[in-house]
Amino acid sequence: MSLSPVEGVVLAETTPVGEDPTGSDREFVGRSPGQLAWARLKRDRTAMISGAVLVFLMIVAIAAPLIARLYGVGPNDQFQDRLDGNSMPLGYVGGITGDHWFGLEPRLGRDIFIRMVYGMRTSLFIAFAAALITSAIGVVLGILAGFLGGVVDAVIGWITDVALALPFLIFALAVVPTVALRFYGPRDEVPAAFQVAVLIGVFAAFGWTSTARLVRGQVISLREREFVEAARASGAGLGHMLFRQLLPNIWAPILVSFSLAVPSYVTGEAALSFLGIGILEPTADFGRMIFQSIPYLQTDPAYVFFPGITIFALVLAFNLFGDALRDALDPKSSR
Amino acid sequence: MSENVSTATATAPAAGGTGAAGATLLRVEGLTKHFPVRGGLKPGGGGAVRAVDGLDFEVRAGETLGLVGESGCGKTTTGRMLVRLLEPTGGKIVFEDRDITHAGRRELRPLRQDLQIIFQDPYASLNPRHTVGRIVSMPLEVNGIKPPGGVKRRVQELLELVGLNPEHYNRYPHEFSGGQRQRIGIARALALRPKLIVADEPVSALDVSIQAQVINLLRDLQRELGLAFVFIAHDLAVVRHFCQRVAVMYLGKIVEIGDRTEIYERPRHPYTRALLSAIPDVTQLGPAGRIRLTGDVPTPLNPPTGCRFRTRCWKAQDRCATEEPALVARDGGAPVACHFPESGELR
Repeated sequence: MSLSPVEGVVLAETTPVGEDPTGSDREFVGRSPGQLAWARLKRDRTAMISGAVLVFLMIVAIAAPLIARLYGVGPNDQFQDRLDGNSMPLGYVGGITGDHWFGLEPRLGRDIFIRMVYGMRTSLFIAFAAALITSAIGVVLGILAGFLGGVVDAVIGWITDVALALPFLIFALAVVPTVALRFYGPRDEVPAAFQVAVLIGVFAAFGWTSTARLVRGQVISLREREFVEAARASGAGLGHMLFRQLLPNIWAPILVSFSLAVPSYVTGEAALSFLGIGILEPTADFGRMIFQSIPYLQTDPAYVFFPGITIFALVLAFNLFGDALRDALDPKSSR
Repeated sequence: MSENVSTATATAPAAGGTGAAGATLLRVEGLTKHFPVRGGLKPGGGGAVRAVDGLDFEVRAGETLGLVGESGCGKTTTGRMLVRLLEPTGGKIVFEDRDITHAGRRELRPLRQDLQIIFQDPYASLNPRHTVGRIVSMPLEVNGIKPPGGVKRRVQELLELVGLNPEHYNRYPHEFSGGQRQRIGIARALALRPKLIVADEPVSALDVSIQAQVINLLRDLQRELGLAFVFIAHDLAVVRHFCQRVAVMYLGKIVEIGDRTEIYERPRHPYTRALLSAIPDVTQLGPAGRIRLTGDVPTPLNPPTGCRFRTRCWKAQDRCATEEPALVARDGGAPVACHFPESGELR
C-alpha cells in the first residue's frame, strides 16, 4: 500500500463539500436540519396558507378582549330589543347588521361574532394546554420506556394499554360531573377555570398514549446507534443520553404529533361541550354553540353556519399544517 | 495460560519500534462474554451464545494490537467490553494496574479519559442533530472538563489535528463525506487525550483510497501522541500495514498471537494459514496456494469440544476433539493454540 500518492487527496478531501462553486459565497454557513426544514416549509404553499390562517385565528383568540372593545359588544351583552316575538333575531340571515356582523343568537340575543371570538379563545387554550401536557407526558414516558426497556418498558406498556382500552367518552361522561360534584355542591356555580382544568385533565389522562408509543418506537430505533454508544463510552449519564443525544433526533415526529393533536382536542372539546359535560354557560364555547344551534337549523341556519364553518377551518388548517410540517421535517417520507 | 502469553510477548520485541519499551497498559485475562438466549421454560433455559470465551492478551503503551478474524468471531464484542460498553461475563480487564472489569460509572470516570473508542460506521456514530463542535466537545462536556483557552479552541485544535478545517466547527455531519466523518469520530475520541483507543473496524465502511488516508492519520497520531491501539479489523492487509502485533480470533478464542512478521510470514495455526491464503493476490492468478476451508463456522451456541477449529481443520485428529489446545509458545515461535502447529514460511 503506497502512501505518498494519497497526500494530495487528503487536501482535496478536507475542502468543504457543497460549497458554492462560484466562490462568491465565502462565508459558507452550515445549515442545521432545522433550518433546512424551515426552508422547505417556506416553499410549501399549503403550509404557508394554513399557517397564515392559524396565526390569524390565534391572534384573534389572544386579542379577544381588545376585539370586544373595538367592536363595542361584550360576549354576554344581550340585545333583546333586536329579537321578534318568537325570540328570533330581526332582519335577514340571523340578524346580520353593521353592529352584529354574524347576527344574534335566538332567545338570548347575544352577538354571535364576539361569542365566537371568545369561544375560539376557550377552544384553543384547552387544545394547546392539553396537547402540551400530553406531549410532555408522552415524551418522558416514551423515551424512558424505549431507552431503558425491560421492566420499565413493560410497566409503561401495560399502563398505555389500559389507558387505550378505557372508552374515552364514557369515562369522560362519568368523571367530569363527578369531579365537579366532589368540589362543588349540586347547586353551586362551577367556575369556568375549574371546568377548563377538568377538561384538560381528562384529555391529559388519555391523550399521552399515542405520543408515548411514537416516541418509544423512535427511541428504540435510535438507542443502538453508535452516537449513543459514543456518549456512553465517554462517560455520559442517563440524562445526557436521553435529552442531549436522543431527544434532538425525535423532535420532528413529536412536533408533528403535537400539531395533529391540537385539532383533535379542538373537536374533542367541542364534542364534550356538545354532550353537555364541557364548558357551561355563560362561558363562550364552540361545541356548545353548535349544540344550542341545532334546534334552529331550519329557522335560523346562520346560527349553525358561522361557528360550524369556523371550527371546520380551524381544524382543517391545523391538519394541513401538520401534514406539511411532517413533509418538511422528513423529506424522505412518501406522501 | 496468561503467564505463558505474557512471557512469550515479553520475549518477542515489538516490531516497528514505536513506543518500544512501553509498560503494559492493558491486560486482559480470561475475558468472557456469554449472551443468554431466550427460550426454554426457565430464564436462561435457552443456553447462551459464547461470543467471547476466555481471551488473554495485553497491550503495551504506544503499541498497536490487531484483532482479526472472520465475522461473528467476537472481535467487536471484545472491543466493546474493553471500553465497558458491554459487561463481561467473566475474566478480568486490568488497565494500568487497576481492575476495571466491573467498575461503576463513577469509578470509570477518570478512566474514560484514557480509554476511548472509534466506531465502524461513520454514518451512525455522529449525532445528525449536533454540530461538529458539539460532537467533538461532547466528551469534554460530559466529563466537566474546561480546557485552557476554551472548549471551542480545543475543538478546533482537534479538528486541525485530524486534518479537517477548523472552520467546520458549526457544520452538521450530513455535510461531510464518509472519510471526513470518520475524522470527526477520531477527533471526538482524541478529545480526552486517551492512552488507548479501541478502533472497531474504523475503515471498513470507507472507500479504499479513503481507508489509506484514515489509516495514515491514525498512524501519525500514534507517533505524535504515543497512543496505543486495539485495532479490530477483518482486512488483513490493513492490519499488516498498521499493527505491530496481531491476534487471530476464531469462534470467541484467540488461536494465535504474535508479531506481525511472525503471523504474516510464519503462521503456525492452520486457521491463520487459511485466513492468510484467502488474501487476494493480483500477482498470482488462479487458486494456487489457496487453502479452501469447507463447511461453516460452528454455532457459538454450542461450540465443538476440544479445539474449536477441528471441524474445519485438515489436520484434525482424535486428540483435537478431546483436549483443548492451550495458547502457548511452541518451539520458540509465537503462542499458538494448536496441537499440531504448522512450521515454515508461508508459500
